[in-house]
Amino acid sequence: MASGIVGYGTYIPRYRIRVEDIAKVWGTDAESYKKGLMLQEKAVPGPDQDVITMSVEAARYALARAQIDPQKLGAIYIGSESHPYAVKPSGTVVAEAIAATPKIHCSDFEFACKAGTEAMFVCFGLVKSETIEYGLAIGADTAQGAPGDALEFSAAAGAAAYIFGRENIAAEVLETFSFCTDTPDFWRREYQHYPRHGSRFTGEPAYFRHTLSAAQAIMEKAGKKPEDFTYAVFHQPNGKFPMLAAQKLGFKKEQWQDGRLSPTLGNTYSGASPIGLAAILDKAQPGDTILMVSFGSGAGSDAFIYRVTDQILKIRDKAPKTRVQLDTAKQYLDYGTYAKFRGKILKD
Amino acid sequence: MRDVAVIGIGMSKWGECWQHSLRDLFVSAALQAIDDCGVSRLDSMYVGCMAPGLFNGQEHIGPLLADYLGVTPIPAVRVESACASGGLAFRQAYMEVAAGFSDIVLAAGVEKMTDVDGEAATYALGTAADQEYESFQGITFPGLYALIARSYMQKYGLTVEDLAAVAVKNHSHGLKNPRAQFQRAITVEEVLQSSLVADPLHLLDCSPITDGAAAVILCPLRKAMKLSKHKPVKVIGSGHATDTIALHARKQLEFFYSSAKAAEKAFQMAEVTPQQIDVVEVHDCFTIAEICALESIGLFEPGQAGKAAAQGITHLGGKLPVNVSGGLKSKGHPVGATGIAQIIEIVEQLRGTAGERQVANAKIGLTHNMGGTAASTVVHILEAC
Repeated sequence: MASGIVGYGTYIPRYRIRVEDIAKVWGTDAESYKKGLMLQEKAVPGPDQDVITMSVEAARYALARAQIDPQKLGAIYIGSESHPYAVKPSGTVVAEAIAATPKIHCSDFEFACKAGTEAMFVCFGLVKSETIEYGLAIGADTAQGAPGDALEFSAAAGAAAYIFGRENIAAEVLETFSFCTDTPDFWRREYQHYPRHGSRFTGEPAYFRHTLSAAQAIMEKAGKKPEDFTYAVFHQPNGKFPMLAAQKLGFKKEQWQDGRLSPTLGNTYSGASPIGLAAILDKAQPGDTILMVSFGSGAGSDAFIYRVTDQILKIRDKAPKTRVQLDTAKQYLDYGTYAKFRGKILKD
Repeated sequence: MRDVAVIGIGMSKWGECWQHSLRDLFVSAALQAIDDCGVSRLDSMYVGCMAPGLFNGQEHIGPLLADYLGVTPIPAVRVESACASGGLAFRQAYMEVAAGFSDIVLAAGVEKMTDVDGEAATYALGTAADQEYESFQGITFPGLYALIARSYMQKYGLTVEDLAAVAVKNHSHGLKNPRAQFQRAITVEEVLQSSLVADPLHLLDCSPITDGAAAVILCPLRKAMKLSKHKPVKVIGSGHATDTIALHARKQLEFFYSSAKAAEKAFQMAEVTPQQIDVVEVHDCFTIAEICALESIGLFEPGQAGKAAAQGITHLGGKLPVNVSGGLKSKGHPVGATGIAQIIEIVEQLRGTAGERQVANAKIGLTHNMGGTAASTVVHILEAC
């Protein structure tokens, strides 16, 4: 039986900081980030926002589109590497806030930047196997990057929520594939505030190997070629990597440009490819096919192939679109305010 | 003293070799060198490696590498003289064969630099300078060479475009070298638009962080014909010299005395003049280094090498082709391996097997390999047989 996305929602905070404003503080060359990594600005969470609040927003938008009773949700999984609590789930708070408790399975996921698609992968499997009627999967992060580190230019905030079901499907899942190896390119240990990374090791042996391998394998599994897809969306740690991955696989700009939001959004870690997918669903037409490949350090990639149905036209206008949240009502922060919002200033 | 020849060479493609460890890189190059000449045994081996302790947490690599090559119990020694480690491993092997201690000796170089991040690599490389008076005060190698460049610019009117022309030339050579880390052409504009690392040096004025190994096999010249499948290449000159470790202790920044003395000894021994050199590999760790090196070893008068690349003199096909391998800039700079790779390029040129990079009628070639800011230099002159 066909299964797939029946509702989706995105939440992007309104605050932004420009690459120039970060570079000025650290005496680094803004142009090298703008040209080299194709980053212009990033979304910053407000002082009262975290993974839970952003997940609630995105989940409410997904419910608005799915038009289902939240009590029918059989599972809620939130993938993030910035869960507010080390012990105590984010998912219970979100489930309570959207009135989905108490008959629901709940778990928080972590797999660096692919925790969001991991949640989607599991929800889809439970729905397809008819274990549950509907499942809610969320990818959300208030990404951490140490002050002055290259990551600070990209680490951003955002969330995307997907409801999977078997009725009124807006984007059917045609194929899934997952690829993972023990590749320690980026990590954060217990009690550490900021992740560490292996610099250039995060490129070829980590991001590109896993992203390209997963993309090639799922296309082979499905008997498809790049030209068979209307859109492709990849994990986007910066503006450059997803573009290079798309180009190496043979995708054209018109296929990947709508899903690549990182130049003005930044890297929303677990939210990255899910938010990119939402931007595509906001404009896709019935019959369009979409390739989605995430990447999480450590390392692995989840890949999905979707086919958009007529239902998309009925649901997409029921909640705020991704591009609208990304491009309008922005409020720019200076570095000092940004540092305060992100809790980077010690007060005692 | 016996005449000595190079009979075997081996080197894999250099770059960010994420899938290969220090020992893998070495063994691959050494096996290629053994296959290249077809010898059935080694009598001893020397391996140039600058900082395996800092890059890989591994010291005592002589036996480690002999073990993984499968040649224990032969003597195996690591040679260290910062970025001149490879050239000095070659010199040690040369002296051992020349002195009659051994007949078939492997001289190799290896460095696995991407096991650590950029900051740790910068620290490791910085240990080639005077830690107490230079590195601990905050200066890095790009900073030291930027001082040298400033001094040269002030004295001789060198421009940043002249410096960039060296990188452009070496990248154009590297395009023809399948083993080079960067096989792409660059322009003067790209060099000048690349990130400023230490004014006046831009990112593309600097050699990269590289993983790589290179190996050669030496034997007495009179046995070379019987032992090798290839035309042997004779080592006719070898010179090694040192200078003050710290740059500030020098009378001139832009003239490398260790290079001048090492070259003087090598030329004397070889009984050739600088005018007889057909092809040169010099230590272009930064673009300014190529210019200063060419003048210091006597191939150009002081102040005359600055515009040589811009004028095409040092290009392949020019009057004196310099760094036709791509140099450290394009071929890459796994520090301990660089000196051996220079020997390999000259051997290929003198064998006449350098393909697209071949310098026409090359009979005599020179290698210049230096450590730190030229606190040590080793120069070799080789001749086709």
